[in-house]
Amino acid sequence: MAINRQLDTLDMMLNMGPQHPATHGVFRMVLWIDGERIVDVEPHIGYLHLGTEKLCEGEQYSQIITLFDRLDYVANFNNELVICAAAEKLMGLEVPERALYIRTILCELNRIASHMLFYGTFALDAGAMTPVLYAFKERERIQSLFEAVSGARMMHNYFRIGGVKQDLPEDFYDRMGRLLDPVKRTIEEADDLVTFNEIFLARTRDVGAIDGKTALGLGLTGPNLRATGVDYDLRKAEPYLLYDRLDFSVPLGDRGDCWDRFWVRIREMEESVRLVEQCLQQMQPGPVMAPIRRISRPPKGEVFAHAENPRGDLGVYLVSSGADRPYRVKIRPPSFCNLMSLKHMMRNAYVADAVLILGSIDIVLGEVDR
Amino acid sequence: MTARDIALIILQLTVLVTGLITVVLSLTWLERKALGRLQRRMGPMVVGPHGLLQPAADALKLLVKEDLVPALADKLLFWLAPMVVFVPSFVVWVTIPLAGEVVVRNMDLGLFFIVAFSVLAIVGMVMAGWGSANKYAILGGLRAAAQLISYEIPIIMAVIAVIMLPQSMNLVTIVDDQRTIPYAVLQPLGLAIFLLAGVAEVGRTPFDIYFAESEVMGGPFIEYSGAHWAVFFLSEYINTFTIAVLVVLLFLGGWSFPLMPESAWLGFLWVVVKAYLVVFVIFWFRGTFPRLRIDQLMSVGWKILIPLSFVNFGLTAFYKFYELPWWALTVSSLAITVAAGYGLYRRWTWPARATAEERLARARAYRRAEVTDAG
Repeated sequence: MAINRQLDTLDMMLNMGPQHPATHGVFRMVLWIDGERIVDVEPHIGYLHLGTEKLCEGEQYSQIITLFDRLDYVANFNNELVICAAAEKLMGLEVPERALYIRTILCELNRIASHMLFYGTFALDAGAMTPVLYAFKERERIQSLFEAVSGARMMHNYFRIGGVKQDLPEDFYDRMGRLLDPVKRTIEEADDLVTFNEIFLARTRDVGAIDGKTALGLGLTGPNLRATGVDYDLRKAEPYLLYDRLDFSVPLGDRGDCWDRFWVRIREMEESVRLVEQCLQQMQPGPVMAPIRRISRPPKGEVFAHAENPRGDLGVYLVSSGADRPYRVKIRPPSFCNLMSLKHMMRNAYVADAVLILGSIDIVLGEVDR
Repeated sequence: MTARDIALIILQLTVLVTGLITVVLSLTWLERKALGRLQRRMGPMVVGPHGLLQPAADALKLLVKEDLVPALADKLLFWLAPMVVFVPSFVVWVTIPLAGEVVVRNMDLGLFFIVAFSVLAIVGMVMAGWGSANKYAILGGLRAAAQLISYEIPIIMAVIAVIMLPQSMNLVTIVDDQRTIPYAVLQPLGLAIFLLAGVAEVGRTPFDIYFAESEVMGGPFIEYSGAHWAVFFLSEYINTFTIAVLVVLLFLGGWSFPLMPESAWLGFLWVVVKAYLVVFVIFWFRGTFPRLRIDQLMSVGWKILIPLSFVNFGLTAFYKFYELPWWALTVSSLAITVAAGYGLYRRWTWPARATAEERLARARAYRRAEVTDAG
């Protein structure tokens, strides 16, 4: 008996993160591994807790927008949109059409920028070191456009309750003309270089698979849910902004594995380019801000607004007491809910897959820990 | 042995070490420049013209850096491991000829010597992994052991198939035999196996599994810093160059193809230029491919490369035994190489492309239907 006990193998505890380069920020996983196989995984979050929800209660509505920039810091415009939409819904504001077009263009461009980051870092997780530089080149182009529009590369603070801060710069159309073609080329290049690469397929096909029913049960949204084949995109399901006027399709996966999640995002970039092109054609000159008072005081009440972020369904539950500051703001961050699927996806995976699975969920810690 | 002999040996070894270190420095610079080109950036540009002095600056930095030892490390293993990795990678160079006479000791069992010594480095990897007292290092060290041992077999089988052609293990004889037809033409399959297994043996992309940066963060080398890390680095690049030179000598005709040069210097130039080209291909792999997973690495080794290397061995034996014309070996070997490549494509890329197109068509049809409904 004693000998047997000595020969028993024990699972090894492997602490991955928060300093591990593949955890995309300060996320920590405790892996229990048997050789190279993962037996169990325990995620630890909270290293980047900002206290956003509490901070919102002490700031005026116009100041909250900057706090939302810092939630999902690779898709800032999409975040700003949600808090603005919530306040507008409560106030019953009509946003000028040009402002809606500007918001749609910027949100879709930000989706491209965010998915570009995903494309690069996911390839890096898979061991390919080049795509990240190609992806960042396009991301840089988009960010310098954002800088021209809003004055900041990342924390834009550009959307306002009732519209946007200012009209687009004069050379916006020229810049867009130069921007979209390279982006399209990079997307094609992504297919040639990564998506259909034999090694990449071998690494990602059937890895971290999750079926649609489980995914819905775990609260997955966004590309992670659509990769399982569930056709749920808020832009189609509950059209906001101008999405009911624009022609686009929602790419769906079928196996819900890492490759599907990657493929869906690459195709979403293509659709976003189409959306931006349509908006640029349709956009007319006009006011960009609704005539409202400088300090917003939404009437007393409660409202829920949500929108399709690059990472999924970002929701805001806003309670107003009629003051210039909200009484309570509850954020439903898509990354946090998507992260719940981690344990499910990592069952029986290899250590190397853990990195890929975490990468394919595409979390942003600012949003997870908020 | 006279004092003159000893002095000669010391001189030869000094030249060898200096030469290899120069090669490593040039390779690090070239790799960074090549990767820079592949990644639309400049690579090192600051230290010296076009960053030429960057390797020297890096080496200096590594030598003056503090050598940290983890508190729980097994000190003896930890200090010994870099040496155990470095010495074999250096020792094999004693018998590698860079031109007809440019060699320290031309041995009749030269190839055997090289294969036998290069295996020793595995022990060093495992020592480094165990001695570091770090879980990532242990994972990396065990991965290294599994990977390097598995890929020794296809390398040895490919080498045996080469040995059968001139029926000698002497590298000079092997190269001289390729004066008319280099073995790459006779055995394209052998070249493919040797290059792939060689890349795996030195642990470069797509086989950089044991120090995979995004997974085990440097594997066995995770706790090393300063000069000891530099020794690992040195031996890694020497190994890369060794594999490249072996590819040149065994398959690309060494110094005797395309022209037999009059002078040894021209032959030397042939070998070095070809070796750098092969190294560039290895760098190119690094800029292009993702990394395999450990179980996939094992299946590639045991289920693809080893059976193929036996096929290569069998084909060569047939060719030698029945004294077939040379193109018979070329055609059969090439056919098998292409078939293996196509099999890989059919297994992975083809189904994915098909389903992706199907799904895209589905999404587009959905869009069209919606637009027609609205209109």
